[in-house]
Amino acid sequence: MNNQMSVIVRTITRITYGLTIVFGFYVIMHGHLTPGGGFQGGAVVASAFALLLVAFGTAGLKGKLNHHLLQTLEEVGALAFLGLAFAGIGTAFFANLLANSGAVFGGAVPAGPNAGVLNSGGTLPFMNWAVGLKVMTGIASILIAMLIGLRKEAAE
Amino acid sequence: MNALTTHAPILIIATPLLGAFAAPLIGKLGWTVRTAFAGAIAALTGCFAGLLAATLYTGGGAPIVYVLGGRLPLPSGLAAPIRIMLEVDGLSAFMALITALVAVVAVLYSVSYWKERSGGALYDSLLFLLIAGVFGLVLTGDMFNFFVFLEITSVAACGLIGFRTWRKRSSEAAFKVMALYTLSGLFVLLAVGLLYGQYGGLNIAYLATNLGGTMVDRVALALLIAGLAMKAGAVPMHMWAPEAYGEAPAPVSMVLVANSQASLYALFRVLFTLYGQSLSAAAVGWILIVLALLTIFVGVTMALVQKDLKRLIAFGAVSQIGYMLLAVGVGFAVLATRPDFGLTAITGGIFHMINDVACIGLLFLAAGAAIRASGSRDLHSMGGLAHSLKGTTVLFAVGAFALAGVPPFNGFASKLLIYESTFQLSPVLAVIAVLASIVLLAVFVRAFQAVFLGPRLIARPEPVPWPMVASMVVLAAVVIGFGLFPGFFIDKIVTPAANALWSGQGDYIRAVMGG
Repeated sequence: MNNQMSVIVRTITRITYGLTIVFGFYVIMHGHLTPGGGFQGGAVVASAFALLLVAFGTAGLKGKLNHHLLQTLEEVGALAFLGLAFAGIGTAFFANLLANSGAVFGGAVPAGPNAGVLNSGGTLPFMNWAVGLKVMTGIASILIAMLIGLRKEAAE
Repeated sequence: MNALTTHAPILIIATPLLGAFAAPLIGKLGWTVRTAFAGAIAALTGCFAGLLAATLYTGGGAPIVYVLGGRLPLPSGLAAPIRIMLEVDGLSAFMALITALVAVVAVLYSVSYWKERSGGALYDSLLFLLIAGVFGLVLTGDMFNFFVFLEITSVAACGLIGFRTWRKRSSEAAFKVMALYTLSGLFVLLAVGLLYGQYGGLNIAYLATNLGGTMVDRVALALLIAGLAMKAGAVPMHMWAPEAYGEAPAPVSMVLVANSQASLYALFRVLFTLYGQSLSAAAVGWILIVLALLTIFVGVTMALVQKDLKRLIAFGAVSQIGYMLLAVGVGFAVLATRPDFGLTAITGGIFHMINDVACIGLLFLAAGAAIRASGSRDLHSMGGLAHSLKGTTVLFAVGAFALAGVPPFNGFASKLLIYESTFQLSPVLAVIAVLASIVLLAVFVRAFQAVFLGPRLIARPEPVPWPMVASMVVLAAVVIGFGLFPGFFIDKIVTPAANALWSGQGDYIRAVMGG
């Protein structure tokens, strides 16, 4: 299947897709401090995936990623989110039981203006990662499905 | 109160959500595990709904508030409630019971409805998502969350209506429904945005204390009425309904009826609890009455000319939405003077909701069984199914008579209340309602005759598996039980729901705002 784009596009893609993924992970990681979060970061990561699909075509992906794996990861993301919500049910559904507990992401935030403490937020960062995982895999499977549909239409 | 009772409101929504998310993973383990899992989720959800309703009704009907992520009272020093809240009063609990009934029956029916055993995990996932959305709609106490749940039901419903992608008409119906559901969702979103911009809050109780009948409030109300009436399938915004009910798989058609009723519930909630007497209730009530009469008339007359069994029932379902709208519209129109018949009308309208979902659901399921057995949906080519599908025949007849309001079935009990009370506002309303019921009886006698009576046209119809029969028997039991003992059920579950609308605005607000 020779549906690759020109060498210029492919070269630029090789340089930028890694950066895009890192930026997406950054948006997810800092979701509780800066604008963005799981959904936005997941969409950014998926856009790197879209870049690869457009530049190299679906042939390059064969064997590396399939939609079964993506779907499973998507379900895991959704279940992780729900599980985190259930985890707080001792107090109330969605209660933040890790905040200010001293555990991972359990740090206290100083009062007043500050640069943002990454090690805070309790369950929020974990929820951002769960949503991020769901969104990046979900959008990726949608992209694959659409591309397969387009190719079928072109073949007919 | 133990932990389970305290957390029942959110567990009702979270359990089907868990089912929706986990179904595709569980589905990899094979048909038996998947079916057992779906059954367990449905049963658990039903238990939680029953528990919640029992708690509420035995607690004297005072609204139960559940705050996500924290407890009441709110963080100190705040004038407005900011957390996500669920608020359950008599009407919410009543709607949750309806949804639970539909959910359990739909899952039981679906066990053997699909002839092929693959792909069912995605169906389960969408079905549970739709059920979770409907539960969310009826339990939430927050306008924005209400919109979110409205969209969840829209997305899941479109997926289910178009689930049989190999049939062209299903995809077409799904697309139509998607367009109209999105439109209604946007109306609601715009109204919520207007209210938020004006009052800086989204909680229903908080908004209700602040609404004052300004121009913004009126525009928001118009948008809410249009959006929610569209989603409920009221004429003239009903064009999606026959397509959706007709093309969806049979159990989904039944859940979609519950979904339409949830929109209707939301409309009542907006009118009585959010706005209450802050606007000229009589004018709005009459708008609802006109919409209702149109819905009844168009639904019944269109059912008269259908040749497709499921579309015929679908128009019957549209007409029944009109009865509920008529009754509650009458109740709202007289809200200022509060005569006794206003409460009777609301009681009738709300009682008709559970009666309608039971008998229309029974009709959809029986029709689904007949269509599955004969492989046809055309009234003219089905004939004579009574020879081999005896149980389904009886069950269809029960549903048809109940829908037309023939005693001793449940449709009669609620329609009688509606006739009595609407007559006191204007005899014309009752006359139209009675006439439409008579025409509906004619419609279903014709359908029954065409599908089940007469000579055998289908040589060897497929037998109906027992889970399908069992689920229909559950609905038939509701139809007959509610018809034989209407007083008991009205007293126990309908009156608290009607009172929540008629005189519950103050309690609803106090439960959140205090004072």
